[in-house]
This record gives sequence, structure tokens and C-alpha cells, in this order.
Amino acid sequence: MILYFLTLVLFVMGLYCLVAKKNIIKKIIGIVITEYSINLFLILIGYRKGGVAPIILKGMDAGVVAESSVDPLPQALVLTSIVIGLGVLALMVAICLRLYEKYKTFDMSDINKLQG
Amino acid sequence: MQGYYPLFTAIPLAAAFLNLLFSKISKKVADYIAFLACAVLAVMAVRMLFESPFVYKVGGWLPPWGILLVSDGLSSLMLLVVNVISLLVIVYSTKYMTTYTAKEKYYSLFLLMVAGMNGVIITGDMFNLYVFLEIASIASYALVGFGCEKEELEASFKYLILGGVASTAVLFGIAFLYSMTGTLNMPDLAQQIETVGMNRALAFVIALFIMGFGLKASTVPFHAWLPDAHPSAPAPISAMLSGVLIKALGVYTIMRIMFNVIGQNMLVSSILMFLGALSMLVAGLLAVGQSDFKRMLAYSSISQIGYVLIGLGLAIKPGIEVTVAALGLIGSLYHLINHAVFKSLLFLCSGAVEYRTGTRDLGKLGGLIRKMPVTGVTCSIGSLSIAGIPPFNGFWSKLIIILALLKGGYFIYGAIAVLVGFITLVYFVKLQKEVLFGALPKALSHIREAPFAMTLPLVIFAILCIAMGVAYPLVDNQLLQAAKDVLLDKVGFIDLLMGG
Amino acid sequence: MVDLDQEIRDSKKGMTPIVKTITRFVMGIIVMFGAYIVLYGHLTPGGGFAGGVILACGYILLTLGFGKDVSLKKMNNLAASLLDNLGVLIFLSIGLLGTTAGYFFLNFIDHGQDFKLFSSGIIPLCNIAIALKVTSSLFAIFLALSIFGRFVSTLVEEEE
Repeated sequence: MILYFLTLVLFVMGLYCLVAKKNIIKKIIGIVITEYSINLFLILIGYRKGGVAPIILKGMDAGVVAESSVDPLPQALVLTSIVIGLGVLALMVAICLRLYEKYKTFDMSDINKLQG
Repeated sequence: MQGYYPLFTAIPLAAAFLNLLFSKISKKVADYIAFLACAVLAVMAVRMLFESPFVYKVGGWLPPWGILLVSDGLSSLMLLVVNVISLLVIVYSTKYMTTYTAKEKYYSLFLLMVAGMNGVIITGDMFNLYVFLEIASIASYALVGFGCEKEELEASFKYLILGGVASTAVLFGIAFLYSMTGTLNMPDLAQQIETVGMNRALAFVIALFIMGFGLKASTVPFHAWLPDAHPSAPAPISAMLSGVLIKALGVYTIMRIMFNVIGQNMLVSSILMFLGALSMLVAGLLAVGQSDFKRMLAYSSISQIGYVLIGLGLAIKPGIEVTVAALGLIGSLYHLINHAVFKSLLFLCSGAVEYRTGTRDLGKLGGLIRKMPVTGVTCSIGSLSIAGIPPFNGFWSKLIIILALLKGGYFIYGAIAVLVGFITLVYFVKLQKEVLFGALPKALSHIREAPFAMTLPLVIFAILCIAMGVAYPLVDNQLLQAAKDVLLDKVGFIDLLMGG
Repeated sequence: MVDLDQEIRDSKKGMTPIVKTITRFVMGIIVMFGAYIVLYGHLTPGGGFAGGVILACGYILLTLGFGKDVSLKKMNNLAASLLDNLGVLIFLSIGLLGTTAGYFFLNFIDHGQDFKLFSSGIIPLCNIAIALKVTSSLFAIFLALSIFGRFVSTLVEEEE
């Protein structure tokens, strides 16, 4: 129970970093922390007390492993989610470099040409 | 035709990567590949209208373990809207994007966005919805900043961060739903939620989904990205974003999840109606004071999506009588497809004006109807439709939504809807006066009409505006009734799991 | 063909000779390990994405250790882009071939015996296609952000 609560604390920390810091790189790190906290939450959902890893080796019975293993479906979901996070991170860093080239600063409060 | 259903996502994906492969050899090929892919998709989408509802099991795996693709009245309607409008926008952008470099990368990103939107519409599995939502969103973040000027990069970065947080909220909601019910399949989820009933976890999930999908649909507390992203994007991308993307990724997902998976719910109803009314009012008032052509259109988009949401909120209220709910739903769906058509038309007109004059500032434009007659007339038709003048199509959909609100007993919301209708008329008259009529400035006296590849989609959109308004009973019987029946019938959606 | 001994002694580009020598030894092991994770993806944890990331990290190590000229000769910008697209097209065509046999992405190749390398149908082929795409994509992202990015090239011009 306390593990889920700690995941939520990580989520809120990432959001704080996104909102309160002025440097663009720190905001990017904040988004990455938020996304990874959700991945952690997804894996924690599949936990079963006293469960084994869902891998079948030679000589093990598939039914016995299926009864006592942790849930493998969230692990597949998290793999996909990590890849999506990588794509968004690559795009964010590319835009951030171009922003530095145009505005000559990493400070978000100076990048305010669009108002209203 | 049933076997070809996954091709709605496979064809644009293949075309996007083939495009990149062949454009190393010759750059001209990109236009033809993109046009061919979108033409095939549009033909397939029209063909899907005549099919009876079915369910496609990907990979042959049976539900609830496998991924389902669902085809019914609602998804056929949305597929038609998305694919036909993408075809017209591709025709427009063959000429418009010559002012930008790297045109073949634009086509690849565009086709990826179309693949993502089609995937969101056809899928019947929650995590698959999230994956396609992300594909379409990432492609649109890159497309908004395509010109790499100062403002475009800033707008794209803002959109990226806000959209990223929204997608994270959606994933959080999906994780919660999975832990509550143990399945990710939409009909199966609907069944489990019906047996479990409303509890605090479900309320949290509803809050997360409304935050996540509401940001994609740009309702008012979450609208801050849209007035920056839509003007900065190239004009065909503004048309796609405002006309199709916020509907396929935002409003369609809210409809599918709230109506078919979660079901009738007082919490959802009151939230959606309140947010809809707030969007209409705030965005309408903010749009009056704008001096940039596309920024005014962007605020107007937020306002019109408010109309759609208020109709949805009315229809999902438990205990409401079926005729009023049906009226509200028909009004919302009709306003959805109307807004797709006339907002795309208006953004493409603004693109044509910018292509010839080089500016979007309302103070510098004027009197263009003498120099650019086709663009001017179609822009007027679009403005009259969105302001709700009979016999164009906007009038019918706004009338139906207002009637549904008044019949449901919500007099305040009905009065707000009428008021916002007047405000819409005010700022579109202002737009017409500034851009089309009035004195022609000295600097613009040498411009000509936009090229044929750009005026052809404008004319087709204008004809659609008039036709959908005049032939409303035809549209109603063929398209809207089927979609409305799907949304109101949760038991039928669960039966897709067994039948199919 | 690149003469790596000469490159090691050429201390103007890349890092110190210790790093270059160790990179020479370790590159082959990294590529082999990455290929092992990809090919055995249906039997042990790993699969296309994890193996692709390991292979891309091998190329990035080559770039960091030897400088950009050596690694661009191994896989340059054009080759990365071509392999990228080829990977996706192979993956999609495997899926579409399943359509001809029944459903999209149906596992239509003979499943074989359990725990063998050549088993479980289309999954090893999909792993190879995904690894191809991920390797070339990550390497192309690294090239675009660091070497071909305009931000870096203006800084380099200021130095010279």
C-alpha cells in the first residue's frame, strides 16, 4: 500500500519540477520523472504476493507457472510505454536545441513572444 | 471488406515510410504517394458506411485476451470525416508547402498523424487507444513546429509539454481501470463496470480521463495550448488540427469511453455540461478582441467544441427521457461533422490569404474579395455557416442543441448557447469586414487569386457546407441515427463481445 | 577501409588511446551480445527493442571513442535512414502476410517445438525487424542532435 503512495509522491515531484523550475532542461527532466512514475505504478499493479517471474524454463509446467506468477500483461504495457516516452523525449530535446538557437537562452520566462 | 479493416492504419504507415525511402531517389514522388494513400483511404471509408457492424479479432486471438477492432455506426461516421478531410487537405498542401523546405518529411509526418487518428477510431482496446493516441499526438507536435521560426518552436514546445502531461494522465487512468477490473477490452470493461457500479476509484478514473482527453479536445481549463499552436502551424496543419485532430483524439474518445464503457452517470453529465458552457462563453468572449486571423479562428474552435460537449453532457444524464437524449446526441454529432467541414474551410482560406499576401494581421488586410474572388466567396460561406445563418449547416446543428437544452429543462445553459451564437456572429462579421470587404491597402494591390490546387478544396468544402445544410434529412437518416443508436445502447456494445 | 591502429595513434580526434584500445576490444562483444538478445527474444527476456538499444549504444560508443569520421564510415546518415525504413516495411509486410492467411498479424508460420531457437512462428522475424529499426533510429537521432545539428556546428565554427 505504501508503495503505491510513494509512486504518487514521485508523480507529484515530477509535476513540481515541471511547473516550478525555469530552465527548460529541468522541465524536460520533470516530464521524464512523471512518465516513469506511471510506468512504475503499472508494474506494481501486477504484483502478486509470493509470485515468481513469468518465465517458463525447460522442465517446468506451464500451468503451475501461470498459477503462481506475477501478472505479465502490465510488463508488456510498460515496454510499449517506455518506447513512447523515448520518442517524446527525443522530440523535446530536439525542439529545446532549436529554441536555444533562436532565443539564445534556456530560461523559459524569456521565451514569451506569443501572448494573449 | 471485413478482412481489410486493419488496413486503415497499415496503409498510411506503409505510405509514410515508403515516402521516406523513395524520396532519397526523387523528391517529386512524395506528392503522388501521399495523394494515392489518402485517396484509397477515403474510398475505403465511404465503403465502410454500407457495412453492418462487426468485430475484427487481430491475430486470431479471441476476446477478452486479444485486441479487438470495432466497426459500428459511430466509427464509420468518424472514419468518413477524418479520411475525406485529409484527402482534401493533401490536395491543398501540394501547392502550399512549396514555401517550406523538407516537403517529403511533412508528408510522412502527416500520414503518421492520419494513421494514428484512424487507429484511435477503429480500436476496441484501451491500451491500443493510448498507443495510437500517442502516435497521432507526437506527429502533430512535430508538425506544429514545422517551420522552425521563433514563434512556431515556442508554440510547439508548449503544446508538447501540455500534451505530454495529458497523455500521462490518460495512462494513469488506464492503469487504474486495469487494476479495478483486470481487463483492457472495451466491451468487457463495460460489463465489469456495470456489475461493480460507481465507487471512488471510478470517480478518480473519470476525473483523470476528463483531464487527459479534455486537454486533447481543448475544453476551457485546458485550452492554453490551442491559441498558440493553431496559428503557428502551417495552414493545412491548422486545418487538420482544428478540424479533425481535436475531434478524433478528444471528443470521440470522450464519447466512446463515457457512453459505452462507463455508462450513464450524473457526475460525468454535470462536469461535461459545465465545461462545455464555460468553453463556449470564455472562448467566444476572448475571440472578439483578437487581431490575428488564425488566432481568432482558434478561439472560435474552442467555443464550438463547447457546443458539442454540452450536448454530450445532456445525453449522458441518467433518468433523462430518451427523446431529449437522442435530440442532444444528434445535435452534438451533427455539429461535430459541421465544425470539421467549415473550420477546415476557414483555416484553408486563411492559408490562401497568407500565401498570396504574406500576412495574417487583420489590420493589414482588407478588400480582398475583389482580388481573390473564389477565396472570398468560400470564406463568406464558411463564416455564415459557423455563425448559424439558415440555410447553411451550422444553423441546424445549433438549433437542435438549443432545443434539446430547453426541452431538458436547462434554461440557463440554453440562454448561454443562444448568447454565444450571437457572439459568434459578431466576431465573424468583424472578420469579414476586416479581411474581405473594406478598402484594399496599397501594398496588396498586385495580388492574384490563389492557385488551382488550393482553390479546389475550398470550393469542395463550400459545396459540402451548403449541401449538408440543405439536405439535412438525408444526412440524418444515413449517418447520424446509426451513430446515435450506438452511443445510447450500452448493452448492444457489450453484445459485440459475444457476437462479432 | 579504416586503419584503426593509425586512428588510435592519431590523438587529435576522439579520446585517449586507452579508451580507443578498449573500444576496439569491446565493440565486437557488444554487437554479439545485442544480436543474442534480439535472436533469443522469444525465449528469454529482451526482444527487439532492448537488443536494438544495445546495438545503438555500441555505435554511439564508437562515435564517442574515435570521433565522428570513423563511425560515419561504418554507418552514415543515408544508410541509417534506409535501414530505418526497411525495418518498418519488413514488419508491416509480415503483418500483411498474416492477412492473406486469415487475420492481421496471425502467427502463420509453423510453431515448431518449444524452447528451440527456430520456434514460435513470426515472433523472431518481428524481433529482427524491430531491432533493425530501433538501432538505426537511435543512431540517426544521435547524429542529428550532435553532429549534424546546427547548434553544434556554429559552436565548432566559433572555435576554429
